Amino acid sequence: MSDDMDIKDKAAWDAAERVADYEHGWSSDIETDFAPKGLTEDTVRFISAKKNEPEWMLEWRLKAFASWKTMTPPDWAKLNVPPIDYQDAYYYAEPKAKPKLGSLDEVDPEILRIYEKLGIPIAEQKLLAGVEGGEDGGLPQPRVAVDAVFDSVSVATTFRAELERAGVIFRSISEAIKEYPELVKKWLGKIVPMHDNYFATLNCAVFSDGTFVYIPEGVRCPMELSTYFRINAENTGQFERTLIIADKGSYVSYLEGCTAPMRDENQLHAAVVELVALDDAEIKYSTVQNWYPGDAEGKGGIYNFVTKRALCQGRNSKVSWTQVETGSAVTWKYPSCVLNGENSVGEFYSVAVTNNYQQADTGTKMIHNGKGSRSTIVSKGISAGHSNNTYRGLVRVAPNAEGVRNFTQCDSLLLGSLSGAHTVPYIEVRNPSAQIEHEATTSKISDDQMFYAMARGLNTEEAVTLIVNGFAKEVLQQLPMEFAVEAQKLLGISLEGSVG
Amino acid sequence: MLQITNLHANVGDKPILKGLTLSLNAGEIHAIMGPNGAGKSTLGYVLSGRPGYEVTEGEVTFNGQNLLDLEPHERAAAGCFLGFQYPVEIPGVSNVQFLREALNAQRKNRNEAPLSGAEFLKVAREQATALGMDMDMLKRPVNVGFSGGEKKRNEMVQMGIINPALAILDETDSGLDIDALRIVGDGINRIMRRPDKAVLLITHYQRLLDYVKPDFVHVLADGRITRSGGPELALELERDGYKELAA
Repeated sequence: MSDDMDIKDKAAWDAAERVADYEHGWSSDIETDFAPKGLTEDTVRFISAKKNEPEWMLEWRLKAFASWKTMTPPDWAKLNVPPIDYQDAYYYAEPKAKPKLGSLDEVDPEILRIYEKLGIPIAEQKLLAGVEGGEDGGLPQPRVAVDAVFDSVSVATTFRAELERAGVIFRSISEAIKEYPELVKKWLGKIVPMHDNYFATLNCAVFSDGTFVYIPEGVRCPMELSTYFRINAENTGQFERTLIIADKGSYVSYLEGCTAPMRDENQLHAAVVELVALDDAEIKYSTVQNWYPGDAEGKGGIYNFVTKRALCQGRNSKVSWTQVETGSAVTWKYPSCVLNGENSVGEFYSVAVTNNYQQADTGTKMIHNGKGSRSTIVSKGISAGHSNNTYRGLVRVAPNAEGVRNFTQCDSLLLGSLSGAHTVPYIEVRNPSAQIEHEATTSKISDDQMFYAMARGLNTEEAVTLIVNGFAKEVLQQLPMEFAVEAQKLLGISLEGSVG
Repeated sequence: MLQITNLHANVGDKPILKGLTLSLNAGEIHAIMGPNGAGKSTLGYVLSGRPGYEVTEGEVTFNGQNLLDLEPHERAAAGCFLGFQYPVEIPGVSNVQFLREALNAQRKNRNEAPLSGAEFLKVAREQATALGMDMDMLKRPVNVGFSGGEKKRNEMVQMGIINPALAILDETDSGLDIDALRIVGDGINRIMRRPDKAVLLITHYQRLLDYVKPDFVHVLADGRITRSGGPELALELERDGYKELAA
């Protein structure tokens, strides 16, 4: 276990160094740090110009923006979101705008307390909190490549050389647009179409940066790829764009980890993640999301409207989504798989925790177009406080998709008597050979379980954490080791004050 | 070690314990016997601090400390162990994980260093082996799918690993066949029959006392101790029933 922490330390250290270096590398030809407040065609042009994008990219953005103006936000989710004033936000911020801190002493003690409880190494705490530099020695060989997205610009990628030897392309999406335009053009907007939904279209117009990954044919990516997403500048919407292409017979595991500092303003986040797996390729995509959920009264917190979709295009291709969602005031997120390939496999493993006044409407779509395609959905929802937690999932089988199988399990755990758990499965089967199973349970943490654990020496919080982790175990064990330990602690922290 | 003085306790509005006084010294095993509804399980829960069991009068000291002031987990860390009549299932949490976290939480509470995984597994393996429990069972979720006898045996393995100063064992013999009864009895003797430890054995029947010889036997009826004596009292109860003696 200690090895894993060392690895994270090293990765974080490297990224922290890059961030510290940043000041010397970028600002010379950039005059403004922010795009002017509001959202117009000029904003879109500004963003594109800042990034020196080719003409085709700007045109693509403008087309999306024109569409977006005619669209309306989706209203079918079980979410109560106040109207968002899209003109009262910034759409582009350079990381330089973020205050640099001299030491951890200057960081909000509440944030430090959470880092401490998560067991995040000091070097990584400094990275996360935006402290310059750090002290560390004797660094071991890293195994996690980090692409740190601070605010809107990807400022650090590491381990590029080793990845390049393997032929893996791991870039910020801005770089990829310039360096690999053909690959980007071929797939960008092909998995999540430009007009897919209000938030995805908005992202197309104003996406700031994100990650691009290409794994060539037959290559097993030699390390876990990781992006730390951060939202730092006040009032800056985050519009990340991720595109991962797994060519024939390749494999990649991608980790997306998120933390955010305390903010009173609601912050909009509308990311788009597109994955494509060709013949015999496999992508494992893991997320731990703990953005600021708002305070105990429901004030503040991130609005998280994410569109994540995978195209299992090839025969025997496989995509596995694993998510641990504990943060954000509002979560609207349905990582999905379009299973076009014969015998392709889609998996969705999810733990969603809501506490206080958080709202989550999350789930998946498994679209079975390919013969013999299979999918597994395991969703664990945990609701506490006054929160509402909805699983919403679609399993669709096309008329000529023979021999499709799906297994769905949705379990809800309620803490206290004021929270809500909802399960909304949609099943559309147009081929009689399909085998679809759906299991659902709702339970509460019992007083007996709590007292049993406490009589053995655990305090209230430790007992809740233990029981909740047991409840979520099937999902947590899907996470790569780097994430599993942190995720377990995170569940406990998210539920602080919800029992006893 | 444990001094209970004039203890009154309610469950909800209902008085269950009505002036119970009892004293345990280190090195002693006390059996508490009594009819259904006398307050035997309530005594165990009150001593362990279960929410919902309200002490209305009296005091309890444990090694000179006011036990009633402590939270349940603090009582565990102070050295009190409750063996449950109905051990609880915790799905998805292995016995090993549960016990290691519990033990290390206790150690942390006592300002002791946590046991490493290897150190813990060594202790766990010793205790499981001594109680004839397969290591595989230790890796299974806590009490999930265990038979009644396995659950009780698991309680004893937990007691062995936690190694408390005081064990309050609530009908540990119920649901056990003869072989399991002997194994559990041997376990109690091996773990707890020591000059620095004490046991409060709550039971309906004399049969466990064939294996665990008590130093004192008390009759608990209608919320208080009505009679105390040596091991012969248990035999008398077995012969004449509670009705005769409780009066």
